[in-house]
Amino acid sequence: MLYAILCYHDEAVVGGWSKDEDDAVMAKLAVVHGKLAQQGRLGPVARLLPTTAATTLRKDEPPVVLDGPFAETKEQLLGFYVVEAENLDGALEIAQDLGRANPGGAYEIRPIGVFHGAFQP
Amino acid sequence: MTDVAWIDAALTSARPQALGALLRYFRNLDTAEEAFQNACLRALKTWPQNGPPRDAAAWLIMVGRNVAIDDIRRGAKQQPLPDDDHAISDLDDAESELADRLDGSHYRDDILRLLFICCHPQLPATQQIALALRIVSGLTVKQIARAFLVSDAAMEQRITRAKSAVAKANVPFETPGAPERSERLAAVAAMLYLIFNEGYSASGESINLRAPLCEEAIRLGRLLLKLFPAEPEIMGLVALMLLQYARSAARFDANGALVLLDDQDRTLWNSKMIAEGLALIDKAMRHRRTGAYQIQAAIAALHARAAKPEDTDWAQIELLYGSLEILQPSPVITLNRSVAVSKVRGPEAALEMIAPLAAKLSNYFHFFGVQGAYLMQLDRNDEARESFNRAIALANTSAEADHIRMHLDRLMLESKPRAKVAIKAKNKAAGPK
Repeated sequence: MLYAILCYHDEAVVGGWSKDEDDAVMAKLAVVHGKLAQQGRLGPVARLLPTTAATTLRKDEPPVVLDGPFAETKEQLLGFYVVEAENLDGALEIAQDLGRANPGGAYEIRPIGVFHGAFQP
Repeated sequence: MTDVAWIDAALTSARPQALGALLRYFRNLDTAEEAFQNACLRALKTWPQNGPPRDAAAWLIMVGRNVAIDDIRRGAKQQPLPDDDHAISDLDDAESELADRLDGSHYRDDILRLLFICCHPQLPATQQIALALRIVSGLTVKQIARAFLVSDAAMEQRITRAKSAVAKANVPFETPGAPERSERLAAVAAMLYLIFNEGYSASGESINLRAPLCEEAIRLGRLLLKLFPAEPEIMGLVALMLLQYARSAARFDANGALVLLDDQDRTLWNSKMIAEGLALIDKAMRHRRTGAYQIQAAIAALHARAAKPEDTDWAQIELLYGSLEILQPSPVITLNRSVAVSKVRGPEAALEMIAPLAAKLSNYFHFFGVQGAYLMQLDRNDEARESFNRAIALANTSAEADHIRMHLDRLMLESKPRAKVAIKAKNKAAGPK
């Protein structure tokens, strides 16, 4: 089963990391990514630009384009993973591994219904 | 990250909102700062045990306010308590209610006001910047002094003076109307760009000391953009800062000498910052409400989009500088446009264009640097040397002077091989037939 792991955290806190702090977190995550990739369980991974770069399209008639993210929340969607796991326990295990490398915030684990192939930009 | 590092990051990120609300409540900067400081001390004590609160800013506001009121009640301060109208509930479970209220419209104006009092028009630019870094960013006097290359005592004095000027300025605490809000926003944007430039114009050994100023300006810019997500000029400002700062690793060589855009190693540019800057300018343009920051960001975006210097769309850059000239007529902008003109129509046209600026820019380093470069391209080397010498005399930093000296050295080198070629040609002509 494929799962999306949606990464939520306070953007102001993550954005406030120094380059060294950011690099340190990324290096720790790279170890976990490597392990998952080796097991063939790592799908697309994305780190999103800040929500200030976001635009929202309300699909009304006519459609409305709004600046900013869809929801104003205390913690923002900052990135996501697509991973392969046998069941929820397996997905949670992966999320916990990622969480140990990158503490703070929350992961939302969502089973994927339909998945079309990814492209490499 | 350790507990302390996490708490530190949370306190920094909550600071503008918490301090802004405390300022609205107490209407006195010193009281508000002290209240915030006390709240931070409590946070350092209790957060490691109890875990972080759901909303750090709301927690700090409530605790800061209660501690300050206790102090006033105990008579430690000869100061009247604010009216109950402004009071924030001090029930323990009030945090969520408070957070909801803060999520409303108030905190947006609180943060804007906090930034705005720092850029009071009576304050000179250097005081505005110092005050904003102290109050809004929470940098220590020592950190700010280091960035400005002055002693701690001098910086302390500068900030104290700025604070007393602000106290006398009587910035209104009522919710601002729409025209007033947009005026405040423009003043704050200008101040953020000042902070950014203070960091960006650094050279030599001060580069590392001043880089945090650029980062802080970007951080505050993003904060402003969060509060006012549909303001194209704020998008433009943040885009401009990101696109410029993205080049910082390539702007100086290992010896600290300035590297021109054309000569920079573009693989050193920060692609993530460029992506964010391009996304923001893209969003801003859709509003079709042009402004100086957007145009400058669009120019920076054209440079950022060019993988190689020769891919740069100079014709478009010239057009953009043309619009900027109409919006903000200034000889410096004309001078910048001339650089684009030199690329599109050649150095002769550019030289002609800057000739009328000579009187207005007779004390401007870049005028003579640019003039010298055009003359050099036209092989008018003696005149070029003269311009470069004047530029060196007007250089603001040693990196600027060194950069011009490099041009002079190049002129020397170029004149030598040519002389050799001429001699060789002569020898050839005079050689045996």
